[in-house]
Amino acid sequence: MMPARTEAIRAAARRLLEAGRVDAVIGYTQGTIPLRAQPFIAYTPEECDKLIWSSFCGGNLASIASGRTDRVAVVAQGCVSRNLNGLVHEKRIKRENLYIIGVPCLGMLDQRKVEAKLMGRNIETLKSDPEEDLGGIVITGCNSTRECFVEFIKRRDVKRDNCYTCMHRNPVGADEVVAEPVSETAGGDIDAVAAPWARFDADRRWDEFTKNFEDCIRCHACRDVCPLCYCTTCFVDESNPQWCGKTQDPADVQTFHILRAFHCAGRCTDCGACETACPQGIKMRRLTSMLEKDVRAKWGHEPGMDCDTKPPLSTYRPDDPEDHFK
Amino acid sequence: MQYKILSKDSLAGFVEALSKEYTVYAPKRDKKVPNKMVWKVLEADETPTFEFVNTEMSPKDFVFPQSECMMRFKAEGKEAMVLKPVEMDTERRVLLNVRPCDAKGLSFMDMIFCQDEQTNDVYWRDKRERTVMIGLACNNPCPSCFCLEANCGPHHEAGLDILMVDLGVNLLVKPLTERGKSIAASLPDAEAGEPERAAIIKRHAEDAMKKTFSTERVEQRSLMELYNLPYWERVCETCINCGTCTFVCPTCHCFDIQDEMPANGDTGRRVRNWDYCMAPLFTLHTSGHNPRGKKVARVRQRFMHKYKYIPMKRGGEVGCVGCGRCVRLCPVNIDIRDVINAMNAPDATAEGREV
Repeated sequence: MMPARTEAIRAAARRLLEAGRVDAVIGYTQGTIPLRAQPFIAYTPEECDKLIWSSFCGGNLASIASGRTDRVAVVAQGCVSRNLNGLVHEKRIKRENLYIIGVPCLGMLDQRKVEAKLMGRNIETLKSDPEEDLGGIVITGCNSTRECFVEFIKRRDVKRDNCYTCMHRNPVGADEVVAEPVSETAGGDIDAVAAPWARFDADRRWDEFTKNFEDCIRCHACRDVCPLCYCTTCFVDESNPQWCGKTQDPADVQTFHILRAFHCAGRCTDCGACETACPQGIKMRRLTSMLEKDVRAKWGHEPGMDCDTKPPLSTYRPDDPEDHFK
Repeated sequence: MQYKILSKDSLAGFVEALSKEYTVYAPKRDKKVPNKMVWKVLEADETPTFEFVNTEMSPKDFVFPQSECMMRFKAEGKEAMVLKPVEMDTERRVLLNVRPCDAKGLSFMDMIFCQDEQTNDVYWRDKRERTVMIGLACNNPCPSCFCLEANCGPHHEAGLDILMVDLGVNLLVKPLTERGKSIAASLPDAEAGEPERAAIIKRHAEDAMKKTFSTERVEQRSLMELYNLPYWERVCETCINCGTCTFVCPTCHCFDIQDEMPANGDTGRRVRNWDYCMAPLFTLHTSGHNPRGKKVARVRQRFMHKYKYIPMKRGGEVGCVGCGRCVRLCPVNIDIRDVINAMNAPDATAEGREV
């Protein structure tokens, strides 16, 4: 049986394209290997049959919508809808050109955690991917001598880290939603992610930060998958003047991550796409969590809750109490 | 060729003997990320694992480091801007349990880095000569592997000094070069029947691999016909233009050379870093013109390079060994097998929208 969200997404997409309401629908299609979904753009009602929703739609489709000038519908869970609002605010896309097909989200799964449960065995199929939050997925596979296995893995054991502490699982400002609303938060404590950093002294913070990013290969997938990173030329690619070295020296790697994180501070929706995209499995949120916690604590701001509110770090007021602004 | 046998029980002794002459590296499970395999030094009391598909990163950076200082120079004084070669690293190393696809990757890149007298990259050649490759045949290829289609295979021997096949309790050892023979010389000879068992395992591994793409028409089609396929527009629209596919690839070899000058005017260095065809800066000319200014041109380049330009220049050899890393690690799951199939499809033009 086709999962309910998939069926409803296809119906909505088909209706929008048939009515000429949009030129394209940005969603996901089945990945080419188990535990993957592939971003996919449907231009015709027929192509809508390829759209799916699964537990592995862990990228961020707002980055694909960003900068487009045609009329697009975007399939968006809570975090992605907030990124779309942010992009409207930052004039990367016009609201009248955008249609948000909202998906109340039960949390995405982390393929690395699933693979770890199967320790070295080849995953051939994801047999069952139910939509219940507390359900489980069924994985099967065989080795070359046809010794086969079937494994049941509870969804709650293999969710992506950010999905445990999600604060807005229902889409914000969607033009329509394809399922009944789910409980608004995932139940985890978002502030707890940053808590260790507050306890560490400066030396320990630097030490932890250095260790966290030591395996970075600077493929820049974290940047490229992020809807907040849309500069025409990123500061790490600028060659005249060159702000940042190209090497693997810790100073160059760290400069990239620190500056990128600060560019995103107060705009990040904690969608987790950067961590999902990283081929090295680096925990990017260890850096962003503290920045976002500060933004929540100091200004009570949650990014992307509407299209109008300015992110605090891009706001200037003449009565700012900080002396260095005057 | 005389087959040898190495029991897993006596592996520690074998590694210890190697360690006298070489630093021994092997795939190990990463402590930080679940199920991730990384190349690390095998410590004296450690035995390598045999339960893994492959490492996340190919071992190409042992020979072609991501960042490599080639020369140093002084910024001021009499010797200003005189480039002086750096002292070469002298470590002799063994890569133990390297997969056949990765070994083929290095032997493929020999053709690029050391083509002839004029094109003979000393940085590559030096490290390649100092690196012994002891392969571990792949008995359980995973669904993202397609080495057979890429002129390689789960028990391929190219680029290896020794190929080992896991027979369960023992490893069948097949020395392939003089260096490999001398390393394996002290091991007992394999008993009759053991090479046959390895041959059956090889057949099983090959049979388990589903054929996923074909390249007949890619070979026949003209370069310009492939270049102009509207299909490229379709592939590029979800590509995020990151460098993951190229960085994890055992045959991608593009680099950028930069001179770095420290702010205090002290000694500068000439350093070469991996670069990638997906980056807009990669082809940006000093004039400001960029021949691959659009994303679609950059995405097309990667696939055309591997499956058309390289075969045209290198007698049909493809620039891909089918390790499947780009399939597994692409953040948006662009699957090179789908792309090659589209390049090969009779109606490939119908697949895409008009550009």
